[in-house]
Amino acid sequence: MDGHISLTYYILLTINSIFVSNIIFAKFLGICPYLGVSKKIDTAFGMGMAVTFVLTLSNAFTYIVQKTILVPFHLEFLQTIAFILIIASLVQFVEIFMKKKLNVLYQSLGIYLPLITTNCAILGLAILAMQKEYNFITSIVFALANGLGFLLAIILFAGVREKLEYAQISPALKGAPVSIITAAIISMAFMGFSGLVKI
Amino acid sequence: MLLGLCPTLAVTSSAKDGFGMGVATFAVLTMSNVVVSSIRKIIPHKMRIPAFIVVIAAFVTMIDLMMQAYTPKLSESLGLFIPLIVVNCIILGRAEAYAYKRTVFFALNDGIAMGLGFTITLTIMGAIREITGGGSIFGYSLFGESFNPALIMILPPGAFLTLGYMLALRNYINNRKESAQKDNLAT
Repeated sequence: MDGHISLTYYILLTINSIFVSNIIFAKFLGICPYLGVSKKIDTAFGMGMAVTFVLTLSNAFTYIVQKTILVPFHLEFLQTIAFILIIASLVQFVEIFMKKKLNVLYQSLGIYLPLITTNCAILGLAILAMQKEYNFITSIVFALANGLGFLLAIILFAGVREKLEYAQISPALKGAPVSIITAAIISMAFMGFSGLVKI
Repeated sequence: MLLGLCPTLAVTSSAKDGFGMGVATFAVLTMSNVVVSSIRKIIPHKMRIPAFIVVIAAFVTMIDLMMQAYTPKLSESLGLFIPLIVVNCIILGRAEAYAYKRTVFFALNDGIAMGLGFTITLTIMGAIREITGGGSIFGYSLFGESFNPALIMILPPGAFLTLGYMLALRNYINNRKESAQKDNLAT
């Protein structure tokens, strides 16, 4: 990654992260909340927003820690431990801060926040952004776009699942199996985007 | 069964990768269970989750470094998902629900049993996807040249499909067992 990064690059990166290599369907990150919190569109929207929010924040923080602490002291092998601790404490901090200052937001996102700590999307993207050697702004754009991709995926999925409630399904497929097969079909649809942009 | 799905879906495009991931998780799960159980009296109750995470992350880092050194190819194909063992709900879940309350011996047992189950599931899933999607198993070709593999099975949708149908099969077997028991009671 050289110093010259244009606006076009950010737009392509965003489209790529949302559609082509979607966080759920192509990267397989964050499947647990994707299947767990997608029974209704409202809750799915809340979860999607919470993930996007924490994702962006955590990528910013992990980037700072990586560049100011881990790299100068040659502690890159502690990356996993450092990142998971940053994410866990960040989530706690955001929760407390929201409760005190942004009560409206807390009411809508609050219950999803604790669940996010063990969401592999957050740690996964932080490590991925480091592996791809993005700079600070690129890694934030990357996180934001992936968060939006998660939001899109979970809302689409929740919409289908709401309809599935009323469908007649054979007893063996009821519940989790049919939802996962639905995810497979949505994932096939998303494969249609492959090759849309090249970066 | 519905814990730890991300690695289950992501790394099972071949039987070998699934097996490797299973073994890595197995090792981390067993060791973290033992350590958590042996330090359970020292950890204050409120601090237990961060303590678990640190223990697990330490073992994952060890496994990650070891795999990079001894099995570089496998490490490359599993890539991102080795550090992600940290956030695998199975490990934290077992530490919290089982190892924190039992003695070391039982925790070790539980770690081995759970880890084996996970490894077997991953290997089976990997094998199904590799056979249907690539016509081979553990890298050995099964059907010869004329076989035309269903490429979709090793692409992302195949992961969801395989998992969905495996769960359906399990439900089907469970349902049959239940109804058989009911029939037995009725007669």
